[in-house]
Amino acid sequence: MQFGIFTVGDVTADPTTGRTPSEAERIKAMVAIALKAEEVGLDVFATGEHHNPPFVPSSPTTMLGYIAAKTERIILSTSTTLITTNDPVKIAEDFAMLQHLADGRVDLMMGRGNTGPVYPWFGQDIRDGIALAVENYHLLNRLWREDVVDWEGKFRTPLQGFTSTPRPLDGIPPFVWHGSIRSPEIAEQAAYYGDGFFANHIFWPTEHYTRLINLYRTRFEHYGHGSADQAIVGLGGQVFMRRCSQDAVREFRPYFDNAPVYGNGPSLEEFTAQTPLTVGSPQEVIEKTLTFRQHFGDYQRQLFLMDHAGLPLKTVLEQLDLLGEDVIPVLRGELKDARPADVPDAPTHATLRAAAEGGTDSLVADLEPTLPRSLR
Amino acid sequence: MTTRQLAVVTAGLSQPSASRLLADRLAAAAEQAFEHRGHEVGIEVVELRDHAHELTDNMLTGFPAPRLRRVMDGVASADGLIAVTPIFTASYSGLFKMFFDVLEPDSLTDKPVLVAATGGSERHSLALEHALRPLFAYLRAVVVPTAVYAASSDWGGGGTGGNGLSERINRAADQLAHLVDVSSSAGPSDPFDDLAPFEQLLSGD
Repeated sequence: MQFGIFTVGDVTADPTTGRTPSEAERIKAMVAIALKAEEVGLDVFATGEHHNPPFVPSSPTTMLGYIAAKTERIILSTSTTLITTNDPVKIAEDFAMLQHLADGRVDLMMGRGNTGPVYPWFGQDIRDGIALAVENYHLLNRLWREDVVDWEGKFRTPLQGFTSTPRPLDGIPPFVWHGSIRSPEIAEQAAYYGDGFFANHIFWPTEHYTRLINLYRTRFEHYGHGSADQAIVGLGGQVFMRRCSQDAVREFRPYFDNAPVYGNGPSLEEFTAQTPLTVGSPQEVIEKTLTFRQHFGDYQRQLFLMDHAGLPLKTVLEQLDLLGEDVIPVLRGELKDARPADVPDAPTHATLRAAAEGGTDSLVADLEPTLPRSLR
Repeated sequence: MTTRQLAVVTAGLSQPSASRLLADRLAAAAEQAFEHRGHEVGIEVVELRDHAHELTDNMLTGFPAPRLRRVMDGVASADGLIAVTPIFTASYSGLFKMFFDVLEPDSLTDKPVLVAATGGSERHSLALEHALRPLFAYLRAVVVPTAVYAASSDWGGGGTGGNGLSERINRAADQLAHLVDVSSSAGPSDPFDDLAPFEQLLSGD
C-alpha cells in the first residue's frame, strides 16, 4: 500500500491574514512539502498540471526533476497530466527523461482537465475530451513500448519512423494511472491497458464512485489482467488534523468557508458528513480512511490533499508530521492485516523490471506487457 | 391496473403560497384524470423552498446533498411532472430555475410536463410560453399543450365560458394523463449501460 500527497498548486490568499503568497513562494512551498513528504515516510508526491491562474504547476516534470535531485526514495507522480491538451510525444519524452534522472521513481496519472478555455488555448475542443484521451494515450503507450513508431490519428500530425528519446529507463515505461471523477469510458480505458484507476473522490459523495471503480475492476478482469480484486485502484482524501478534534475544526473552518471549491456552500459539518473530507484528530482520520476500503475494496494508493485553500506552509508541514507520525503507520498496519495475500501492491519501476526479466512469479508479472491477452 | 407516478415541483416562497395552491389543484385534477383512465396514482409534491440551501450547495459543489438527491431521483423516475413557479421579473423564479439547472441533463427527456405559474396580474401569463415552454423543450420534455396561469384575480373568478381556472386546470390535467399514457419515456439513460468496449472507443466510431 502506498500513501502520499497530491497538490493542486493553487495560489490562494490565506483567509485568516488576507495575504496571498507570490508564485515563487508557492512553488518553493510545493517543493518543501514534497521534501517533507519523503522525510515523514510517505511513498508518493504528485503535482497537478494547470495552465491558468491562480495555479502555478504548468510544468510538472521540471518541478519533479528538481525534487528528484533532492530526494532518494519517494515516487514522483502527477495528479493529473493532461492527456487531452498535451502532445503525447512530449509526454513520452518528458517522463522518460524524468525516469532516468529519478532512477525510476516515476509514475503518472492521466486526466482530461475540466477547464474549458485550456482546450482551445492548446488547439483542442473540450467536446473531444474522451476521444483525445483515448487516441493520445494509445500513441503514448506505443511510444514507450515501440522503438520506431509509424502512426496516424485524428488529432495530431502523423509520425513516420519516429523514435521517442530517451527510451524508458531499463525499457520499462512508467506505470500509468487514469483519473476520472465521472466518466465510465476512462474506467474502461484503464481496465483495457491493465493500468491503474484513480478516483479522486474528495469533493463528491462516496456512493458516486462505487460504480465507477466496480466497472474498472470488472473490466480489468475481462481484459485478462487479473481478477477484479487485483485491479490497481487509487483514491483521494482530504484531511486537516490537530491532536484535539475541536482545535482542528476551529483552525480549519475559515479555510473551508472561503475555499475556492466549496466555500460559501455547505457547512463544514455537512461536507465532512457527505464526502471523504475529515477535519479532526488523527484517530478520526484513521477511522474515516479505513471506511474507503469497505466501500471500494482493497486498494493500492491513498493520496491526501493537504496544501490548498491558502493554508500556510508552516501549517501544512505540521499536518505532514501528524500524517507521518500518527496516521500512516496505523493505516499501514490495519490495511496490511486486512489485505488478502493475492492482492498486489501498485507496480513500481523495480517490480515492473523484475517482472519483465521474469525474475518474479508475483501477480504484478501479469501486468506486463500491458496489452490485453487477446491482443498479445 | 397500473400505477402512475406523478412528481409535483413548486417554487412558491410563502407558506402557504399561491403556487402550492395551484400545484395541489393540478395534482388533484391529474389524479382524477389518471383514475378515470384506470390507473392508480402516486403523487410526490416537492416544495423547492425546503431545498433552497441544498440547491445553492449543489450549484457550488457540483453534487446534491442526500435529501436533494432523493428529490431529483423522484422527479427523474416519475411518469409525469407538474412544474409550478411564481412569475418573478418577467420569468420563472431563480429558485425554480436552479432546480432544473442541477437536475441531471437527461432526467426529463420524453417526460410529459405540465407547466403552470402564478402571478399578481394576468398580464404575465405569456411567461409560460416565452420562458417555461422553451426551458422544458430544451430539456427534451414533452410539454402539455395547455399551460395553466393563475393570476390573483383567478382565485375569485367563476368558470364562465369554459375558460375559468377550473376548466383550464382540468383540460391541462386531461392532456397530461393522455400524454403519459402514450409516452415512450423510458427514464433517464445511464452512461454505464451500453458502454462501448474499448476497441470501439479506440477505433473512433
